[in-house]
Amino acid sequence: MIAVKNLHKSFGHLEVLRGIDCHIAPSEVVCVIGPSGSGKSTFLRCINQLEPANDGHIFIDGEELTHPKTDINKIRQQVGMVFQLFNLFPHKTTLDNITMAPIKVRGMNQGEAHDLAMDLLKKVGLLDKADVFPAKLSGGQKQRVAIARALAMQPKVMLFDEPTSALDPEMVGEVLAVMKDLAYEGMTMVVVTHEMGFAREVGDRVLFMDEGLIVEEGLPADIFDNPQNLRTQAFLSKVL
Amino acid sequence: MLPIELPGIFAVNLVDQFLAIRGYQIVSSHMGYLLEGAVLTLKITVISVFIGMILGLIAGLCKLSSIKILNGIATAYIDFFRGTPLYVQILLIYFGILPLLFNAGEFTAAIIACSLNSGAYIAEIVRAGIQAVDRGQMEAARSLGMTKNQAMKLVILPQAYKIVIPPLINEFIAVLKDTSLVAVISAEELTLRGKLLYSTTFEAAWVWGTVAMIYFVMTKLLSILGDWVERRMATE
Repeated sequence: MIAVKNLHKSFGHLEVLRGIDCHIAPSEVVCVIGPSGSGKSTFLRCINQLEPANDGHIFIDGEELTHPKTDINKIRQQVGMVFQLFNLFPHKTTLDNITMAPIKVRGMNQGEAHDLAMDLLKKVGLLDKADVFPAKLSGGQKQRVAIARALAMQPKVMLFDEPTSALDPEMVGEVLAVMKDLAYEGMTMVVVTHEMGFAREVGDRVLFMDEGLIVEEGLPADIFDNPQNLRTQAFLSKVL
Repeated sequence: MLPIELPGIFAVNLVDQFLAIRGYQIVSSHMGYLLEGAVLTLKITVISVFIGMILGLIAGLCKLSSIKILNGIATAYIDFFRGTPLYVQILLIYFGILPLLFNAGEFTAAIIACSLNSGAYIAEIVRAGIQAVDRGQMEAARSLGMTKNQAMKLVILPQAYKIVIPPLINEFIAVLKDTSLVAVISAEELTLRGKLLYSTTFEAAWVWGTVAMIYFVMTKLLSILGDWVERRMATE
């Protein structure tokens, strides 16, 4: 589903990604862990080209994003993204947040988009919040709406950029539960996270990144219980 | 009439004495004349700010554009009109540029000069307003597959416009005061009418004092309107 070849990204003189190679299969849930500054968020943002890559190739479902002739907007429609700080549109109600892109980008009609949005709100357990503005929602509710908004474009892949890092501890669970459902439904997911419990339970594979490289990868059980690389060991000893 | 009971003769004398002052008589008998000028001032202001808003929106967006030529034109326009005095701009446009293009009256020239000038200031307000919208909003919109233009229209501008309203009302007040400079090309707005009335009567304190009061009432009303809009938007 996703193929990344020799991905490089620099901000000025700072080289954040120093050659990432990775394949992600359909329905696979890949969790990316690592210390802050290791480039994991940048890696995720490169996958839908919110950060343009300096070098390397990224393919999603066989289409190359990094090719200059590719219509990036078309591909982004198939790649949902959930942000650490939610980034809901504050001037729109929950419902309008969800229906905006299907209507304006997909050309879906009002009624259809409305039904789709209501289905999604039901799925994330917020049917009663359809007409509420984001400012009136708790952090956990905001993030669930953000997930519904991304799902409304019926993406093939979902990217999660530390989706629970900005939440109060008691709200982390409700967001992870929604993500877990999504994973079990067979969504292809790339999750940058500090929730080691989630990575271990839901992840099919864990990537450990440090200093712009994937240092170690494998099954969650192997990575967490029997890390081979010294840096992985050092990191896990601090967070587990 | 007076709240305090004064000896009859004294009170009548005071009022009569006041009404008999020459400056008062001149100003009160020419109030209509001055207010006509104030109406023209308002007209020039409203039309100029309206055109300035359109110019400012376009120039502000161009200034943020990654297309070099648009960016260059917008930068040159904004820098020129913010970097030279409005007084000089009015003279240049009325005597220097417009005669080469068409036969424009002083009212048209005044509006063209004030619009171009305020457009440059509004462009900076627009640019700042757009940049004040959180970067994550653009990213979220783009991640849903919106083009840059769609994201701007549907997500960024509706939020920027709320940020922009208070400084826009300040700009409105600034333009209202700045229109006094168009007196130099004999557009008969409030200041020029004041000048004409003064030059025939030499009642400087009365005439200019009245002109100042009329300006003050207009700007005060605008700022009250501004406060009201701001409060309404805060509760929205």
